[in-house]
Amino acid sequence: MNIELNTHSKNIINWAKAHPEAVVLSADLGSSCEIKEFKNIFPERYFSLGIAEQNMVSWAAGLAKEGFRPFLHTFGVFLYRRVLDQLEMSVAYPNLPVTFVGFLPGIMTPGGVSHQAINDVATLRAVPNMTIFDIGDATEIEGVLGLAHEVNGPVFIRMLRKEVPRLFPADKPMEFNRARILSSGTDIALFSSSICTEEAMRATAALKRKGISIQHLHISTIRPFSDPAVVEALEKVKYGAVTIENHLTTGGLGTAVAEVIAEHGLGTRLTKLGIQDTYAHGASKMHLLRKYGLDALTLARTIEAQVGKTCGIEEPDLEELRAEDYTAV
Amino acid sequence: MSIYETNEVRVAAKNIRKTILGLAINRGGAYLGQACSCADILAALYLRVLNFGPSLGAPQAMPFPGAPSPANMDYQKGAAYHGAPDKDRDRLFVSPAHYASVVYCALAEAGRISHEAIEKFNVDGWNMEMIGAEHSPGFECTAGSLGQTVSIAAGTAHGRRLKGESGRVFVFLSDGELQSGQAWEAFQAASFYRLENLIAYVDVNGLQVEGYTKDVMDISPLEKRLEAFGWKALVIDGHNEAEIVRAAETLHPGQPMIVLCHTSSACGVPLLEKRMPFLHFVGIGSEEIEVFKKFHADM
Repeated sequence: MNIELNTHSKNIINWAKAHPEAVVLSADLGSSCEIKEFKNIFPERYFSLGIAEQNMVSWAAGLAKEGFRPFLHTFGVFLYRRVLDQLEMSVAYPNLPVTFVGFLPGIMTPGGVSHQAINDVATLRAVPNMTIFDIGDATEIEGVLGLAHEVNGPVFIRMLRKEVPRLFPADKPMEFNRARILSSGTDIALFSSSICTEEAMRATAALKRKGISIQHLHISTIRPFSDPAVVEALEKVKYGAVTIENHLTTGGLGTAVAEVIAEHGLGTRLTKLGIQDTYAHGASKMHLLRKYGLDALTLARTIEAQVGKTCGIEEPDLEELRAEDYTAV
Repeated sequence: MSIYETNEVRVAAKNIRKTILGLAINRGGAYLGQACSCADILAALYLRVLNFGPSLGAPQAMPFPGAPSPANMDYQKGAAYHGAPDKDRDRLFVSPAHYASVVYCALAEAGRISHEAIEKFNVDGWNMEMIGAEHSPGFECTAGSLGQTVSIAAGTAHGRRLKGESGRVFVFLSDGELQSGQAWEAFQAASFYRLENLIAYVDVNGLQVEGYTKDVMDISPLEKRLEAFGWKALVIDGHNEAEIVRAAETLHPGQPMIVLCHTSSACGVPLLEKRMPFLHFVGIGSEEIEVFKKFHADM
């Protein structure tokens, strides 16, 4: 498994070469959001709006009305929490093609509570006309701009930066509103997103060795959420479903799966892993993954408990499957 | 009467006030104070200042076309009443959406919508809402949340300059919303990008919901504050047609321009004087209705 570096930076430059209508708006965090090189190559298409996100969002609406495709770059928290009214009234209501490229989803920052976007999916799932993409690997970074372009409306991307693993083949790009089936099984339906998918892949590999079979779906389109593969997965398993997300367990992927279960009358037992009704704090990714139960070991033990079978999986069983060095801050 | 004054604008402004007073009488209330304060400004802008092509909007009111969505993007936009968005034509963004009745009436006075359409004002199911959105005649964006429209107008001016278009972007503001942080974010960015194609007219009526603006949250001195933010700032009498028209002709190279129009929310309807400063929404009860009806009949 390869670790890719600064994939978004390279990708958006290539994208912009073919799409002259694409412009970047930045709120003073461009160098932290892999858009510094874009500024060097396309200085006339890079607009600094300063630490003033509310104006930036409505300004982008004006540009979009004139036929431009604005890509807003800053940390995710500042692109929904600080600007929700602007996002809704200036952009989402008129269904304008503005793309919010939100970095540092969930616990992907030691920057603490002010910088951790832990309820962005919950908030934006309740915004009509929005599309939400939750990036899981480098291949998805390479594919997401094309999908956002096709959506032709407001899009929020939970973007990953710097060192990002390539979990999925480069020639198998992400598809709109389509889950990626990573393993097939009949014991547990497992739904994962963002950085939790790598954790989930490690857990499913270890559990498979112990005889537990898992239908594992990676979810990168979280709004809309209507892929029939989700229902098919829920219908084929004996011991219910587990979700794991880099987000609160309220309103995000777990809730979306719960809604599917209820709306289809499936009655599936569901365990939701993620941040449990609390704000987080600043620390390393590995520390936060473990503290809030977003890691492979917590997932493996949750699945063991739900199946009713203790396999004795321990950290070393999972460590050998790790792709990224999460101990690096 | 100078070349800057016309009977046309004076009549239009009076008709706007009269129509909205009539709505207030017939419907039990209206944003009448705003009509009184800005009727001259909007009449002069629509009739004398704005370079609009012929209206592309339907002369009659229409049923609400539904909220925009991926499946509903081709509905008639409020901007259609401002003509085709040609390169050399102006745009007008109205920020205080509760001024909608004044915009509809100004469109009617300018021949851009029928007078009969005003009968559908605030009638359930129609596109002439009391506070509308970008499907409502004359609205180029969804503006009800104050403070956002100046940013949208500035982004539009920025985009038009990038495309090399010569048309201007006007934005009509109310003074109370200049208390919001976003408006000042927009002012700083518009001067940073030297948007000389952006012109704001502000209805400085000095009132807001809870009373006089100077008592709720003072924003004076507006002219000095805006000059400090890099704008060309003018102060005019917002009931003087000549000053309203001349202001738009003022040169402001390399700068956006703001025209602070001092107005009275009782202008043209002196019966409202005694209600100062509470004129945000004028309700007319049974004890006063005959007085207002008589005044309306004599207008």
